[in-house]
This record gives sequence, structure tokens and C-alpha cells, in this order.
Amino acid sequence: MASIKVRVNGVEHTAEVEPRLLLVHFLRENLRLTGTHIGCETSHCGACTVVMDGKALKSCTVFAIQANGREILTVEGLEQDGKLHPIQEGFFQEHGLQCGYCTPGMLMTGYAYLQSNPSPSEDEIRHAISGNLCRCTGYVNIVKAYQYAAQKLQQGGA
Amino acid sequence: MEPRTSAEIGGMGHSVKRKEDPRFIRGQGNYVDDVVLPDMLYLDIVRSPYAHAKISNIDTSKALAIPGVLAVITGQDLAKYNLHWMPTLMSDTQMVLPVEKVMYQAQEVAAVLATTRYIAADGVDAVEVDYDPLEVVVDPKKALLPDAPVLRTDKEGKEDNHIWHWEWGDKAATDKTFSEADVVVKEEIYIPRINVASIETCGCVAHFNKVSGKLTVWMTTQAPHAIRTVFALVAGHVGLAEHKIQIISPDIGGGFGGKVPVYPGYVIAVAASVLTGKPVKWIEDRMENLQADSFARDYHITAELAGKKDGRLTGLRIKTIADHGYTDAAANPSKFPAGLFHICTGSYDLKAAHVEVDGAYTNKPPGGIAYRCSFRVTEAVHTIERLADLMSHELGMDPAEFRMKNFIKPEQFPYKSTLGWEYDSGNYAGALQLAMDKIGYADLRKEQAEKRKRGELMGIGISSFTEIVGAGPSKHFDILGLKMFDSAEIRVHPTGKVIARFGTKSQGQGHETTYAQIIAEELGFPVADI
Repeated sequence: MASIKVRVNGVEHTAEVEPRLLLVHFLRENLRLTGTHIGCETSHCGACTVVMDGKALKSCTVFAIQANGREILTVEGLEQDGKLHPIQEGFFQEHGLQCGYCTPGMLMTGYAYLQSNPSPSEDEIRHAISGNLCRCTGYVNIVKAYQYAAQKLQQGGA
Repeated sequence: MEPRTSAEIGGMGHSVKRKEDPRFIRGQGNYVDDVVLPDMLYLDIVRSPYAHAKISNIDTSKALAIPGVLAVITGQDLAKYNLHWMPTLMSDTQMVLPVEKVMYQAQEVAAVLATTRYIAADGVDAVEVDYDPLEVVVDPKKALLPDAPVLRTDKEGKEDNHIWHWEWGDKAATDKTFSEADVVVKEEIYIPRINVASIETCGCVAHFNKVSGKLTVWMTTQAPHAIRTVFALVAGHVGLAEHKIQIISPDIGGGFGGKVPVYPGYVIAVAASVLTGKPVKWIEDRMENLQADSFARDYHITAELAGKKDGRLTGLRIKTIADHGYTDAAANPSKFPAGLFHICTGSYDLKAAHVEVDGAYTNKPPGGIAYRCSFRVTEAVHTIERLADLMSHELGMDPAEFRMKNFIKPEQFPYKSTLGWEYDSGNYAGALQLAMDKIGYADLRKEQAEKRKRGELMGIGISSFTEIVGAGPSKHFDILGLKMFDSAEIRVHPTGKVIARFGTKSQGQGHETTYAQIIAEELGFPVADI
């Protein structure tokens, strides 16, 4: 067992974990933050995407111990003081989801991406979400949701 | 169309924000792997690396020696309760766990029950299975040859891999259209096997309460009511029937038909919960999902179309071999073994047609459900449209003009197709003309001609389809005496709020919103109160 200290959505957690415990299982099962989903366990689908120290990463292929001393943001941490983050608002307004399973990963990828590129082109957005698969909606409305969020963020929406 | 209701009522035609989205965008959906119950155990499955092999021995000792591994369940264990086989919806049989041999790669061989997900996986790695590989048959055409090894040795007296033969239509009249035809086109079409790959894999949490004798299963299922009846058929003899079973289908991460079947993992999890009295969770991983879960298509079609020089179609002849894997486990609610494949005359007015389909066993997973595959309408539409293109090419006619010539005409409705379908209404030529006007078809053809002169390639494709969508009416469609469980219960409560329950299950389509809008439209309650 290894001892880790991780800040998740602004709250510090210490835990004793098996070295082989995946970060996604730590988040979902130890912390009960079940918004982060598991789709493929192989980094292909992106349903498990979270943001670690400002960068999007796939939590199904990272060990919990690798998050020791780090700061993690999950989908549950996007809404602040009862106010949706613009990326959440974008998905709601532009119908960027159907079954909702890929959505948390899409949101977290978008959250991190729009910080590095605040006004992306459609092509750039499509490239940014190439590691996140959606099987229901198709990507048109997801791209629109990103564009909505980018615009809102530029106007100082969050 | 102007909405009939006010914005506050929010009936059909109003743009209403989805009721589902507030939870999904906050990570507050409730999918099956989010369900956690006290004392819950975890199940993981040992799968076969062989597509066809005799199981000579299963050594569970090393797995059982791992702290936290509680049991290794094999087919022999289930056989004690006669639960090692289960019926399919097509009156065939499917293994829950094998006692003798495996029939496809990644078939379930044994299951490990443990206190945690990780220990269950350790247990799976430690189970040692000895196999004697057998000859593998994956090509259904070869499976039907006389010298092919017989796969279903469990079926007494079975001497081949033929499941059923089905034919429909007037053979003599069809053959006559071919002998009198000016032009015949023929095509071999293989529509390959595909997997839906919903982002959420399949899984369940089964909880049997030993005191009440009731079983509750949270399950990734698109058809909870049919599943309840299937469970009753599988386990009725051990006292579990509909009145003791509740199937809860929580939020589902995509279905596409892949979440209709009863997978062996569900049944093993239920059996494990019944034996232990504890909740048991089974969640398959992506590799299991892609290798073992229900498929779509896998139709080997030979199709011919007969016509006259002037472009008039006269006859259609189709012979198909349907690869069902090792058992016919389609979820086909029609009375025909090949679903509604005989909708294959599509939108065209044909004099005669004849369809033959033969089902074959192979060493592949069962299914034939995904993407409405049990209905076989997609296969039918593809076939007739491919032939229509070939025929127009053969005749040197424009494919749109050719279709216009052969469409059922508006004045022919109600129309009875040569294969017996009743078409109530339609204006196919009008619809195609509208589409052509909208995209500027004539200009596109000019552009294509110019490009081709320059040596550039440009393709223009046309397809029209008439098919049966959904599976109604219930007088014609039925699964296990449930019809299609298409039902609704609407209750208005004293404060004027409405609770509605439905027999259909959303896999992301937004039923909560759509049905609320229909109720708002019809009964006048505000959509927010439903």
C-alpha cells in the first residue's frame, strides 16, 4: 500500500492505495465521484478524461499514486457556486449530448483545451476532441458546444 | 408547423431543454457501474482463447487460494441447477457456462466471485483451463457443406450446421419474370458482421434477497420487461418468476441494440447472488464487449433483378445465407425467421419476387440484434438499392430517372406489394423530386460531367427506402407473449403534477423530455410538471 495526498475539486484527500489502483477507480470508488466514466480502459475513448494540474488526461491509464501531490478537476468540480461552467452550458444549449456517457470526458477535454486555445477554429476543435469518442450525437453539436463555450469565456463568462 | 400549445405548456413543436441534461452535464447520471450496494461482491469472467475447443479440465485451486476470491463458478456448478443452458428468443439454446466445449473465441468459460474488482481479475488470471482445440468453422457457406464438422453436438440427431430454411413469395411467377426479362443484373453482396461499440459496456448488479425471495437487477438493458420474462423462463424452475423479479435499467451509455440480449454474464451474476444472498456486480470490459457481445448483419446475399429494355422492373430473386454464430439468438418479434427481410421490394412496383434465407451455425458469438438487425430491414434496403443502381447503369439510364419510373405511384396506394406488405400511403417520386430540386441535381450532374472530362472523379449516390420502422402493431409482433411491452401509465396527482411510466427505455434519445412534450400536447399539463 502507498500513501497519497491528492487535491480533487479543491478538496484535499489522503488515502492508502494499492500501487496498481487506477486513478479512475480511485476517483469513482474511493471518492465516489462517479461522473468520470470508464469506456475502454485503453486510452482510446476518453470517457475517463479528467484535468490534472491544468492538463486533460485519461484517468483509466494513470495510477492513483501518479496523482500524488497533484491537483485534479473532475466534471463534478466544473460548476461553481451554483453556476454552470460555460462548457457545461454549451453542451446544454447546443444539444451536445444524448446518452451522456462520453459527456464528462468531452467537458473536461474542452475545459483544458479552451484554456490553451481560447478561440479555436472548427478544425482545431475537431482535432482537440479526436481522443474522445461519442457514439450517439455525432460531433457536430459537440463542436458547436465548444464554440459556444469559447465565445462565452471570451466575454468573461467564467 | 405552429405549435398548438403555449410556451408554458411546451407541447410538441416547442424547443424544450432536455430534462436529462442537467444531470448528465454535472456528472450526476446514474449508470450501472455507479450503483454500489453494501457488501457487494464482484464477478469477472474467464473467457476462451479458442473459437472451438473441448474443455478437458478447469483447475480453480490457484484462483481459490487468492485471499478475497470466494468462488469460481463453472458450467458444472450451474448444471446442478440446470442453469448451464438458457433458451434464446428464437427457440434455440445458448450456454450460460459450458460443460463440454466452447463455441466461439471469448466465450464465457468460468466466473470468479471476489470481494473486489481487482481481486476478481486476479482470480480470472489464476484459473487454469485445458482445451483440446477442434476444427473451427467461421464461414457460413463452408458450414453448410456436407463435410463440415457438426458444431451443435449438444443437439441430439443434428447432422449439419443448418438452422432453418425460409422462403417467401411466388417462385414460379418470379422465375417467369426472369425468363422473359430483357435485362438481368446479379450481385453477390456480403454485409459484414459489425459491433455497435456503445461507449458504456454491458454489466449489472444483481441482488437476491433471501428473505423476501425477490431478485433486483440493475442492468444495462434496453428491454427491461422482456429481460424479466427471459429471466423467469431461465430460472422459473428454481422459483424466480416475474412476480419475484425486478429489472432496473438506469441511465444507459448508448445501446443501439447491443443492450437487448441476455448475456451469460448477467445470468451468472444472478446465480452468484442467489447462492450468496449478496449483491453481485459484473461489468464487462471493452475487449469482452467487442469480442463476445451481440453483432449486426453477417448476411451473404445473392440477388438478381429482372427488367425490360424500357427500364421497367419486373422481378426480384434473392438467396441469402445468414450467419447466426453458434446459436440463433436474435430478438426477432416477427413470425418470420429472417425478420422482415421480405420488405426487400422497397419502394418499387414489382410484378413478382422470391426470397430464400438459410440460417447457418458457425463458431462465432450469437446475436443478430444490434442496429435493428433482427428485423433485417437494413439488409433488405441495401440489396434492392444496390440492384437498382446496377440496373440503371446496365440500361444507361440516370439512376434518379430509373427510380422515378419504377416507384409505386401515388394513385396506387393503398398498395399491396408482391411479397404481401400493405403500404398505406406515399408519394415516392414527389419526395425524390423535392430532394433533387433542393440539392440542384441537374447542376450536380453537369458539374460531374465537366469534372470527368478533366479526369477528376465525382460520385453522386441516390437511395430511397421504404421499410418498417419499429415493431408494431402488436397483433403482428410479439416477444414471449409480451407483445413489445409498448405501454404507458399516466397518473395525475392531487397537486396537478404528473408521473408517467413507459414500456420503452431511453438509451440517450431523451424519452423523459419527448414523452413529457407529448403528454403536455395531449393533456395540457405544463411540460415542467411531468
